[in-house]
Amino acid sequence: MHSQARRLFKLALSPVLLLLGLLSTGALAEEAQRWQMNLSPGVTEVGAEIYELHMIVIWICVVIGVVVFGAMFYSVFTHRKSKGAKPADFHESTAVEIAWTVVPFIILIVMAFPATKTLLEVYNFEDTELDILVTGYQWKWKYEYIDENGENVAFFSNLRTGKTEIYNEDGKGEHYLREVDEPLVLPVNTKVRFLVTANDVIHSWWVPSLAVKKDAIPGFINETWSKPLKTGVYRGQCAELCGRDHGYMPIVVHVVEQDEYDSWLAGKKVKAAKIKSLMDKQFTLDEQMVAGKTVYNQYCVACHGVNGEGGIGNAIAGSSIATGDIYGHIDMGVNGVPGTAMQAFGAQLNDVDMAAVLTFQRNAFGNNMGDIIQPIDVYNFKQGQ
Amino acid sequence: MGAHGPATQGLMRWVTTTNHKDIGTMYLWFSFAMFIMGGAFAMIIRAELFQPGLQIVEPEFFNQMTTMHGLVMVFGAIMPSFVGLANWMIPMMIGAPDMALPRMNNLSFWILPPTFLLLASTLFMEGGAPNFGWTFYAPLSTTYAPDTVTFFIFGVHLMGLSSIMGSINIIATVVNLRAPGMTYMKMPMFVWTWLITAFLLIAVMPVLAGLVTMMLMDIHFGTSFFSAAGGGDPVLFQHVFWFFGHPEVYIIILPAFGVVSQIIPTFARKPLFGYDSMVYATASIAFLSFIVWAHHMYTVGMPVAGELFFMYATMLIAVPTGVKVFNWITTMWKGSMTFETPMLFSIGFVFLFTIGGFTGVMLSLAPVDFQYHDSYFVVAHFHYVMVAGAVFSMSAAVYYWLPKWCGKMYNESMGKAHFWISFVGFNLTFFPQHFLGLAGMPRRIPDYALQFTDFNTMSSIGAFIYGSSQILFLFNVVRTIVAGKPTSEEKTWEGAEGLEWTVPTPAPYHTFSTPPEVK
Repeated sequence: MHSQARRLFKLALSPVLLLLGLLSTGALAEEAQRWQMNLSPGVTEVGAEIYELHMIVIWICVVIGVVVFGAMFYSVFTHRKSKGAKPADFHESTAVEIAWTVVPFIILIVMAFPATKTLLEVYNFEDTELDILVTGYQWKWKYEYIDENGENVAFFSNLRTGKTEIYNEDGKGEHYLREVDEPLVLPVNTKVRFLVTANDVIHSWWVPSLAVKKDAIPGFINETWSKPLKTGVYRGQCAELCGRDHGYMPIVVHVVEQDEYDSWLAGKKVKAAKIKSLMDKQFTLDEQMVAGKTVYNQYCVACHGVNGEGGIGNAIAGSSIATGDIYGHIDMGVNGVPGTAMQAFGAQLNDVDMAAVLTFQRNAFGNNMGDIIQPIDVYNFKQGQ
Repeated sequence: MGAHGPATQGLMRWVTTTNHKDIGTMYLWFSFAMFIMGGAFAMIIRAELFQPGLQIVEPEFFNQMTTMHGLVMVFGAIMPSFVGLANWMIPMMIGAPDMALPRMNNLSFWILPPTFLLLASTLFMEGGAPNFGWTFYAPLSTTYAPDTVTFFIFGVHLMGLSSIMGSINIIATVVNLRAPGMTYMKMPMFVWTWLITAFLLIAVMPVLAGLVTMMLMDIHFGTSFFSAAGGGDPVLFQHVFWFFGHPEVYIIILPAFGVVSQIIPTFARKPLFGYDSMVYATASIAFLSFIVWAHHMYTVGMPVAGELFFMYATMLIAVPTGVKVFNWITTMWKGSMTFETPMLFSIGFVFLFTIGGFTGVMLSLAPVDFQYHDSYFVVAHFHYVMVAGAVFSMSAAVYYWLPKWCGKMYNESMGKAHFWISFVGFNLTFFPQHFLGLAGMPRRIPDYALQFTDFNTMSSIGAFIYGSSQILFLFNVVRTIVAGKPTSEEKTWEGAEGLEWTVPTPAPYHTFSTPPEVK
């Protein structure tokens, strides 16, 4: 009851809050807040400039609005027939008409100067220090850190919020729909260039606090940049309608100190090297079953069920694919079925994990093929495609 | 004046009619039906967005709702409603006996009901209705589209056909059938705005037809106009779409400008201020609408020179638009105003449309647009100009001319209630959406992060209020036709000027069989 009353009170206060929101320059935190009403300046110089421009234009509009609506409402309240107003008969005035053509024109020119300056700043790609390839997929993001020695680090970033939260079976967490399994990590005070593209349809990569929004378009590589000046966690999401789960492809960026970033990147590289070294290894069935189960529970279980009984996806237990030709099964894992919920996992899962999970599917839930898929089989399949 | 009525009675009267008033009536009822349907889709959208989480619909269906809401409102409700108004009023305003091409007039109306039946039927087909947004960006609308996209393409072709025929008819009527003495610069503003709109329609509807034909080719005949994998260009789609789409928004708003330019002088009892500059401003807006399309595309990765060109050109639109607003306010200035329902809706229009104009100027600035683009700020902006613009002016028009059409007076208190409930509901719906967009909520999402909850709840409540106020509108109109207080005054409104107020009330089936003399 008490909280409801508070809510109503806040609703009633919202016009006042609006003004406060407009007036408080820079007082807003980087993360979107409840009752936030205004743009946030974010944590970049460009963001602050955009915010300033936004405020200048709002104030110009407010002043014009006060004058124009002031005149209108004055007239509405004064020049009424019920108050005995007699209609004047003027209906043109060249001088007045020229004035209200020229004055707005001048105001627009005044706005155009800072707008042009900020735009040129946004397009200034000099001295970028780090390149990251951002690729939109239906419905997740892939980040690839481009390394001059060719040792790129790449990973997918998926929504972490569970279905039970979305369907209101569980309470919603603090960062509902704006949390991912693997965030993008950036070093602070570094001018990062993002190369933005897409794999299927058009997406748009938007992080308000980094003052970045760029469309991710298949066949094009767009560029944009940001230089975050403060460490922290910044959240955003896809801004261009991209199909069913458009609302479920968040972006989370961790901006950290340089040394923390370096050790994070080194860790990623070690992990990648480890996977590379495993490529030639021949795994036993037991090893693949253990590893495969972990991968299954992370990627497959939501659609195919804990016991492979199916759900959104087909049953794996007794499936003609999981108990059929090995290459048919690898094909399903790597390429999926276009146009259905079965995605192509070839880019998301490395060959080691793919081999493990496919082996697991062939030998679990009552499937008893006894064969083992090795990472090199997956690799060869991909090469031969 | 011919006193005889329709040649045939019953259903066939409406199917075969070539009478501009009958066809106008059908357009108006059809568009109202579409308005209710599009509104129902909006109610589903707002109900789902009442709270975070998925409660009512699945994301697939939500996307179909946003798409169908946009398509039905733009092509089914707003555009045909103004064509209906044009049919009724243009001949009566210029002293013509009918539209110049009456049989084509019949055809251009009768294309529409089957078209929208077809479009609505896709909701029940396998794969669902179009789900790629009313802007249908490729490749989401081609390679990744549901099969029903083909019906959508066919539907767009038919709507285009109907619009082009309607426009040819309006141009032919205005150019050829003006009464003796009615020079161009004596035409009522509503006729002027429609003449310019008709030229816009003829210019851009073929562009839309070309665009959907290229989609059809990509989907069924293996071409790759918009598929990067085949050497095509998804951005080209957007350029062509907005080359149609930007003039399209002026096609929607210019007749609305015309309507309020008729109504405000009537209730201010004072002639329209700056008639000539109104005409020039309308023409300038129409011209500028062809060179600003890419301001919808600031984030697609245009070179900076392109961004600057489209930014400056877009900012320029504020000048003629400002002239119009100043003219309306100056028309009110030192008038002798009364505030019947049409006037309330017109003042509401000027106030809310101007707010939409302010956010328009904000959106025109490319660097700031990087933050606004595709957010709820944009949703708020275009509903301020489309709903408070087009729909408010349409409501004003109906109340204004209804007594002339049916010879009965609507209930004034109910009309005023309709206005005030609409006004409050509308602002409660759309003003908080500015905040949502600025705080970072993207458009077209079925579910949202928790910090957006409060304003979304407010917005949904507002939408339900605004939606229900339209039922009051329908009730008032039907009640007027069935049981309104009869009136036979030629001039319903004390301050009304123009030829339509010189014919008897209700307007007989045929008016101006002999042309009037205009001095």
